[in-house]
Amino acid sequence: MEAPVERAPSRPVNSMSPVGEWTIKIIFFIYSLLCIFPILLLIMVSLSNESDVIIHGYKFIPSKIDFSAYKFVFSDWESIARAYGVSLFVTIVGTILSLIVMALYAYPISRPDFPQRKFFTFFVFFTMLFNGGLVPWYLVYVRLLQMKDSIWSLILPLVMSAFFVLIIRTFFSTTIPSAIIESAKIDGAGEMRIFFRIVLPLSLPVLATVALFSTLNYWNDWFLSLVFITKEDHYSLQYVMYKTLTNIQYLTQHSDAIAHIGGTTKFPSETVRMAMAVVGIGPIIFAYPFFQKYFVKGLTVGAVKG
Amino acid sequence: MAIRSNLRKYGMFYLMMLPGFLILLVNNYLPMAGIVIAFKSMTYQHSNILLNFVDSKWVGFENFKYLFKTSDAWVITRNTLLYNSLFIVLNLLIPVAFAIMLNELRSKFLARFHQSIIFLPYILSWIVVSYLVYGLLHDKNGFVNTTILPIFGVDPVQWYFKLEAWPYIIPLVNTVKNVGYYMVIYMAAIIGIDDEYYEAATIDGANKWQQIMRITIPLLIPVMIIMTLLQIGRIFYADFGLFYQVPKESGPLFPVTNVIDTYVYRTFIAMGDSGLSSAAGLYQSLVGFVLVFLSNWFVRRIDKDSALF
Repeated sequence: MEAPVERAPSRPVNSMSPVGEWTIKIIFFIYSLLCIFPILLLIMVSLSNESDVIIHGYKFIPSKIDFSAYKFVFSDWESIARAYGVSLFVTIVGTILSLIVMALYAYPISRPDFPQRKFFTFFVFFTMLFNGGLVPWYLVYVRLLQMKDSIWSLILPLVMSAFFVLIIRTFFSTTIPSAIIESAKIDGAGEMRIFFRIVLPLSLPVLATVALFSTLNYWNDWFLSLVFITKEDHYSLQYVMYKTLTNIQYLTQHSDAIAHIGGTTKFPSETVRMAMAVVGIGPIIFAYPFFQKYFVKGLTVGAVKG
Repeated sequence: MAIRSNLRKYGMFYLMMLPGFLILLVNNYLPMAGIVIAFKSMTYQHSNILLNFVDSKWVGFENFKYLFKTSDAWVITRNTLLYNSLFIVLNLLIPVAFAIMLNELRSKFLARFHQSIIFLPYILSWIVVSYLVYGLLHDKNGFVNTTILPIFGVDPVQWYFKLEAWPYIIPLVNTVKNVGYYMVIYMAAIIGIDDEYYEAATIDGANKWQQIMRITIPLLIPVMIIMTLLQIGRIFYADFGLFYQVPKESGPLFPVTNVIDTYVYRTFIAMGDSGLSSAAGLYQSLVGFVLVFLSNWFVRRIDKDSALF
């Protein structure tokens, strides 16, 4: 019989010293505060009174709560609603389309018996190594495909991501036992059937992860609107936020434009800017706690599998 | 005959890959064919792009000569390389340190809590980040000028015109945004380390610091190398959002904020000079291609499975 191990009653043997533990806690407390602070600042300023802001600048604690910035932002709610609509449509349709197209492409190249497997794998992989540059890419979409101002120009460029395709392919080839596919074929199942009835249901983890990151990509995109869209009704939300930041600047830098709105003091430009930002960020921050662990899980599994 | 039976057996596969294949063709390969634009002086008289292309004059390396004559070529290359190199170092040191520290916390709740907060900036778009930076650095109202500097008795600074500040601001912003991503990956790797190593070390009398230096870090080195080499492969490509949005397109800042990607964008869209822009784009793609090849070759030598190809 072994003698019981002597242990300090409250700490396991191999833990950090209290000093070390507290140092770490303090470091992270400060750093986390640093990460959160700018977001809180934004929210606080958006709830401030404009003249206070002009006199005192962006203060963390507003001297009085003032919703006029939000009133202003929502008086023009149509363009915001439309931008939300565009972003939602692009994100949902884009993610679903992307998942389907990429999974469909990844499956054949994951099958060892597919003769052209190497060619098609290289075909998608090469796009990670070399690209034609901004100019030809832009000309293809605008001059060749005539997709300027089309909502599909916000979706198509992001559908096929070589990185995700290869991740899905690797998952298919390492996680789906060929025995299952063989027995399905013996039972007379066609390839499509095998794909939809067997492969996809077994691949939910990787599909969920790709969907998550794909959603993030689409939702955060502003570059495609910048490059392809000139008509306001197809601006994505991020792009509208971007324009607001620069447009209000335009307003404050050109004084004759301000006269139309009744002068600088009447136009709550600073607080409106922040309100715009809050309206844009709000949903993400709100949804974040629910989705955060899936992001981490997805990255973690990816890191372990390499 | 072989094609026939091939089609019958694998016809469905070709069908499955068709949408993805077409999209890749249009989005990636067609533009590759367009790199010849860099060797032409494009005119846009016709509405049909192909007619324009055929009509435009072949100018050989003129665009490239022009590009490399400008001081811009040197500035953007230098900026891209220096910033990316700095990012690589920061993306290595800080996330690893954070991952090790967080892993040592006794309270798993606290560790997860901090991980959530540190990861948050990664999911924000660069537009949002530019707003946050603006809230801090605005010259009249920004938090730094109105609240922080007065504490030290320093006068307000026109941040969006102050060149010297941005080689510090940009890496800081980039680190805060990305550290969460890398930290999660390294944390996953640390968790994968067998407890027995630490138990054995403890029995041998190793203290915490020795355990970290002799066990944790050596076992993390493969992951660290791969993450680093992957970044080195992309060292010629800058994060467009960071360099375009955060400095708010302030012209005076260009000497320290203009990178190859923003240069390509600005000369094409803002200036309409497709010759210069496509020359710069091709320059980036070619050098980038060589670098990816080289870095992948290195990764291969270390851990064959981790290589891209």
